[in-house]
Amino acid sequence: MGNSTLLVLVVITALAFDFTNGFHDTGNAMATSIATGALPPKVAVALSGVLNLVGAFLSLSVAATIASGLVDTGLVTLTVVFAGLAGGILWNLLTWLLGIPSSSSHALIGGIVGSTLAAAGGHAVKWQGLASKVVIPAALSPLIAGGIAALGTLLIYRISRNVPGHDRERGFRIGQIGSASMVSLAHGTNDAQKTMGVITLALIANHSVPADAKAPFWVILSCALAISAGTYLGGWRVIRTLGKGLVEISSPQGMGAESASAATILLSSHFGYSLSTTHVATGSILGTGVAKKGAAVRWSVAGRMATAWLFTLPLAALAGAGAYAAASGIGGSTGVLVVFLVLVALAAMFYLRSRQSAVHAGNVNEDWTGGAAPTSAEPVGAGVGGAA
Amino acid sequence: MNQWINLTALGQIVVVGLLCGAGLPALFAVGLWLLSDPRGRMRLAAAGEESSEVHAGPVTVAAAGLCFAIVLAAIGWGIYFIVAGS
Repeated sequence: MGNSTLLVLVVITALAFDFTNGFHDTGNAMATSIATGALPPKVAVALSGVLNLVGAFLSLSVAATIASGLVDTGLVTLTVVFAGLAGGILWNLLTWLLGIPSSSSHALIGGIVGSTLAAAGGHAVKWQGLASKVVIPAALSPLIAGGIAALGTLLIYRISRNVPGHDRERGFRIGQIGSASMVSLAHGTNDAQKTMGVITLALIANHSVPADAKAPFWVILSCALAISAGTYLGGWRVIRTLGKGLVEISSPQGMGAESASAATILLSSHFGYSLSTTHVATGSILGTGVAKKGAAVRWSVAGRMATAWLFTLPLAALAGAGAYAAASGIGGSTGVLVVFLVLVALAAMFYLRSRQSAVHAGNVNEDWTGGAAPTSAEPVGAGVGGAA
Repeated sequence: MNQWINLTALGQIVVVGLLCGAGLPALFAVGLWLLSDPRGRMRLAAAGEESSEVHAGPVTVAAAGLCFAIVLAAIGWGIYFIVAGS
């Protein structure tokens, strides 16, 4: 049966997406700890990877939202799932290359919605579910997290203003590591589940499991491993933008930001919202920047991110729709295989492009000079495309 | 509660979020402040650091300990909250 080939390709693509999700989002938890020196960069990503792995096994309430709340699962085929994932991966890689912390969740949801639209038309998308569970929370969550972070930062600075600098720095570094760890854990519970939901959706579409099935254990395990490996790899470009680009951050601010992120993400996932950890983390970091006297917030960087967020759903949808059109145009497993190979080629291209101005554990904390990559990372004589 | 925004959930997220996300770090800061009051109740003196070491009274240390204990308990509750799911 051709379906099993197709299913294998879909699962591989889903795990690849999960992997990009991991390295795209390492910064959400660890950027501030890396920027303040609370943790050495390599230790930070290792800790985050382990906690993502643990987190992925902890709770399974978000998975249902992705699989059944957003599209009519009865109309979803394996090709649709595959094309949606392809769209999500492309958007994640592009934004990573540009060092923009955009939402992996939106990339995935956008891709799936786009491919569903292309395959079955507007009636297959649950627009109200999309608005109430994804779009509205996405607009509110950075504001809520930012507000919480701002209040927390104000309180922290007020209370600790008489604490000697050395004690304060040491104390808040510990607090920062603790709160960042909670964000990593929350990320594992949230984001690994999204891919679990997608693979489950594929299994349902292939009639391998019944329509109301929960994710089988091998799905949970493989997703947990993929996101954890991605996190450990470390998305240094995005870490740099979050930790150095938005605000010059200090340990007390880092703790304020990470606490606000952890609280917002955990509470929202309790209510079944597939919130973007990226939006929350960025909101928190901005909030903590606003609340500290004398801290300069680079609004131009924030504006660039917000613009990318607005485009994430539609452009990932467009990519998903395009991938579906290509795969179904060629037809069958062959079509999916061709698109899969194109995807691999594009991913390799993005990777090679990133090597031209590599950001890594060694230069991630260099002073912010406007671009995602530090000036020292530019190859000699390369003036073209320096904006990346 | 309307069909687009679950106001009950939103309200709870904001209120509990403020308590946990801003309140707990503040409590942590209170703990730090108690342990290192500049009036000399205690310095977390690092080895070799010259300071007039006056140790904090047991009450102050206990109060600081209570602050940190509440923070830790809240983290434990948060993890339980994830595991228990909804």
